[in-house]
Amino acid sequence: MMNLTLKIWRQASSNAQGKMVDYKVSDIDGDMSFLEMIDILNEQLIAKGEDPVTFDHDCREGICGACSMHINGEPHGPEGATTTCQLHMRKFKDGDTITIEPWRAKAFPVIKDLMVDRAAFDRIIQAGGYVSTNTSGNTLDANAIPVEKKNADMAFNAATCIGCGACVAACKNASAMLFVSAKVAQLSLLPQGQVEAKDRVRNMVNQMDLEGFGHCTNTGACSAECPKEISLDNIARMNREYLSASITAED
Amino acid sequence: MASSSGLFNSSIGRKVAMALSALFLLIFLVQHLTINFTSVFSEETFNALSHFMGTNPLVQFVLQPILMFGVAFHFIMGFILTAKNRAARPVKYAQFKGSANSSWMSRNMIWSGLFILFFLGFHFYDFWIPEMNYKYIEQNAPVDDRYYEEVVHMFKNPIRVIVYVLAFVFLALHLLHGFQSSFQSIGARHPKYTPFIEKFGKAYSILIPLGFIYIALHHYINQL
Amino acid sequence: MSALDSKIPEGPLEKKWQNHKSNIKLVNPANKRLIDVIVIGTGLAGSAAAASMAEMGYNVKAFCFQDSPRRAHSIAAQGGINAAKNYQNDGDSVYRLFYDTIKGGDYRSREANVYRLAEVSANIIDQAVAQGVPFARDYGGQLDNRSFGGVQVSRTFYAKGQTGQQLLLGAYSALSRQISKGKVKMYNRHEMMDVVVVDGKARGIIAKNLVTGEIERHGAHAVLLCSGGYGNVFFLSTNAMGSNGSAAWRAHKKGAYMANPCYTQIHPTCIPVSGEHQSKLTLMSESLRNDGRIWVPKNRKDAEAIREGKKKPTDLKEEERDYYLERRYPSFGNLVPRDVASRAAKERCDEGFGVNATGQAVYLDFSAAIMRYGKTEANVQGIDNPSDAQIRELGTKVVEAKYGNLFEMYEKIVDDNPYQTPMMIFPAVHYTMGGIWVDYNLMTTVPGLYALGEANFSDHGANRLGASALMQGLADGYFVIPYTVGDYLANEIRTGSISTDTPEFEAAEREVQANIDKLLNNKGNHSVDHFHKRLGKIMWDKCGMARNAQGLQEAIKEIKALRAEFWDDVKVPGGKHEMNPELDKALRVADFLELGELMCKDALTREESAGGHFREEYQTEEGEALRRDEDFAFVSAWEYKGEPSEAVLHKEELMFENVELKTRSYK
Repeated sequence: MMNLTLKIWRQASSNAQGKMVDYKVSDIDGDMSFLEMIDILNEQLIAKGEDPVTFDHDCREGICGACSMHINGEPHGPEGATTTCQLHMRKFKDGDTITIEPWRAKAFPVIKDLMVDRAAFDRIIQAGGYVSTNTSGNTLDANAIPVEKKNADMAFNAATCIGCGACVAACKNASAMLFVSAKVAQLSLLPQGQVEAKDRVRNMVNQMDLEGFGHCTNTGACSAECPKEISLDNIARMNREYLSASITAED
Repeated sequence: MASSSGLFNSSIGRKVAMALSALFLLIFLVQHLTINFTSVFSEETFNALSHFMGTNPLVQFVLQPILMFGVAFHFIMGFILTAKNRAARPVKYAQFKGSANSSWMSRNMIWSGLFILFFLGFHFYDFWIPEMNYKYIEQNAPVDDRYYEEVVHMFKNPIRVIVYVLAFVFLALHLLHGFQSSFQSIGARHPKYTPFIEKFGKAYSILIPLGFIYIALHHYINQL
Repeated sequence: MSALDSKIPEGPLEKKWQNHKSNIKLVNPANKRLIDVIVIGTGLAGSAAAASMAEMGYNVKAFCFQDSPRRAHSIAAQGGINAAKNYQNDGDSVYRLFYDTIKGGDYRSREANVYRLAEVSANIIDQAVAQGVPFARDYGGQLDNRSFGGVQVSRTFYAKGQTGQQLLLGAYSALSRQISKGKVKMYNRHEMMDVVVVDGKARGIIAKNLVTGEIERHGAHAVLLCSGGYGNVFFLSTNAMGSNGSAAWRAHKKGAYMANPCYTQIHPTCIPVSGEHQSKLTLMSESLRNDGRIWVPKNRKDAEAIREGKKKPTDLKEEERDYYLERRYPSFGNLVPRDVASRAAKERCDEGFGVNATGQAVYLDFSAAIMRYGKTEANVQGIDNPSDAQIRELGTKVVEAKYGNLFEMYEKIVDDNPYQTPMMIFPAVHYTMGGIWVDYNLMTTVPGLYALGEANFSDHGANRLGASALMQGLADGYFVIPYTVGDYLANEIRTGSISTDTPEFEAAEREVQANIDKLLNNKGNHSVDHFHKRLGKIMWDKCGMARNAQGLQEAIKEIKALRAEFWDDVKVPGGKHEMNPELDKALRVADFLELGELMCKDALTREESAGGHFREEYQTEEGEALRRDEDFAFVSAWEYKGEPSEAVLHKEELMFENVELKTRSYK
């Protein structure tokens, strides 16, 4: 059982001034997940008539990408390849002070407390993160076009991105290159995605820039903090594709 | 639809430009070191090469402006990128543990770069401005064996040697990240070749600055 | 007999869907532009429906309570998606998939719907591949398949353990494309508060903007509920924290019948509860049962010693272990269907043989598999007389290659190495087969209101087979609703846009506001979770894996009392014009407190055991489920009458013309 001090960013709304506030929690069990520890804090706050801490979370099994806490200076906390919901309290010690902040980026404005607006990611996907195929019962048979296993596997690995935004949060420049490149790479590695590959990469990068994300300094922080360990290979692939698409484009 | 004129207005385009200027400067460094290094073992060779570089019109009026442009571009773009990157995070973290996920070098390119810029100013003051003055303003007659003496004389002052050595330590730090980063920025990454590029980059980043440092120390010690 | 017309098309089973599609009314492209459709939820069914309807030309408004449509809980499905492609040439066919699904559902689903599902299953795979969904492939570049519980063919397509994620992101990309074209207006962080019915037709919804707290009115010619299941009524389940039954329940209160609410799937292999703090349960894929052996100690004393931490499972010798599934079901062993495996685990734990500190867990042991694989591997590598340690090491590598990510997840949560100590597992609420009653067109009993995916009741009967949920969600969204909705909307082309300035919208909004005000002004003593946990305990104890009349009657009383207490004593902090997750949770729990009671009532009425519904009074001498086809081969559809207890039962008799009703046996 642990007693902990929490320093949590509290901000009533997107326009309000925020500040770090200290809280104490006690009798924390190592088997609890980090979010269950926050649940306990919130129960305390409700009992005292205070406003509980607002944060994004949903599946609590590391796949939906909703949870998004910057814990002790790192997105999703100290454990690698882990989302906040899968971080367990046994990674902390009795008496620890834990700093909890929201993702910080111009493109991810705070909604309340630890909850940010990641709609910028949706808009980037809307700019081209799809294959333009309509629903119909008459597409090609799924096995009509074989896909080299190596490419299929690489596409899958890129596609495991959960869109949590830890890459942006970790990057000293708040760059979204890992997120964008994962989708660009997934679709360009598959024959179905190649038809639109050139327009896709240009449109998605254009939208990424409009959203106000920073540049890529190739520090690798994004990939190191990514709960799904998305590779930097994707960023290089996107750079390559963007360059060739821009040079050969007719408009 | 994005347009192609947008290439260098895009984040990736700017990084590509940064990388290309970096790759150009990497080549320049090798050339600069090679000529300087001759001063360690042959006064005549050094003088001959310096004279050639200082008087050849192709070098003086084509390569030198390109180099100046490359250097200026790399610095200015570095400032622009830094400003834009800072703007991408208007509210800072109370706690940011970059060391957990990235190297010090990669996070501090602007600082190593700034120190190098400071050194460049110093370097220009020492060598380039007197040289330009000598040649083009005072219009002195060419003397083809003055270079070695001038260089060696510079390294008599221990303060200058310290600044010089420090600058190259920062250059090494800058290169340790920058070398492989410039390849990544232009998309040159491959499971077979990237490990080589990274190893070569490390060797380059240490050996080239070490070479410059050696020259400085060599001349300093010889004059004690 | 009753108001229930399932609208099953005439003709032989395999022709029904074709005929129906040929005869159904169409809306011409110019008129589609005049028609507005609302889609609630953006999981597989919702995203697929919204994208498809927008492609066809309808104006779509889509709503999700999450911050992005991509986060809907379909994303968490692990194992795979079934499709009758017969790529493996192992004799699969549409009929076989149909038959397996009917049988797996314990003969409580509608033949025509299930056949249609099997029929369109192959198209789903084609569609997903065309969208760039990266399914697993073999070295020839062709799609790979695996096999799943309860069937004899390999028809499951998969993307490692993230099939749901990949399919959802595929549907999300199709949705995103339509959003960019302006054909779908997406409302993130919005929750449906009520369906608005005007002149007997669904004409829109009341929604809450969760960020600002604002209550909004949205009119439309049709409303599609794709809001998922209600497993969170149990508090602890494998559902996401936000998964809720409110959209379905409020539709029910506006006239949509609720069908078979008691059919709940309890998944046998979940990570056990570790303590009071537990907020949700995590599933370990069913595929683990291919290689893991399930056991508890043979002697109660050993079980007690393990619970007290005095003994470790590895201390028990082979003859001191009870591999109860292998003992009870020699022919299927550890691979019995989900409902059977879950009940057997509960039975052992109730008898005092459970492990873990709570006594609510059994072992899933891979040591035999590790040694078996290790020996094969040693042979392959040509190692003569390998030592046990060598074999174990080789075998561990094989198991790691197959299940590495699951073992890692287990270790992360439990902090125990499952390669060395057996895993602990326990059943947990996973999926709800019951849902809103729909006809063949997926329309509910409210004209213009549809239900798709897990939100409806139609395809899985009393028990869902593995890898079939994804299939149903996408089938409904991509291939069924785009056709069937035309039948209704063809009559709406002259309606014009739906005004929200009507007394019906006004009344619905007022009611929502009143509920919110009541909750916020209540100033009680206990948090929402306090009540939710208590409801969950009642449901789990009395309407969980095994039910009996007495328990259910008690549960109904207890839930009623708890509901009254909730409205009297709940404490919801914060205000209404702001982001207030506690308020949103309170609104959901208020609905669960009614739905739970109806589930118990339904379970009490169904005096038989079928699939996920096991009534202790109706079992064979060996303790197996006893179905009563002569009296209960019907769908229970409940009509709301003011209180769950006053709900009126309507029966849709199930006709089995193509399969013979048999007792499932796994002995």
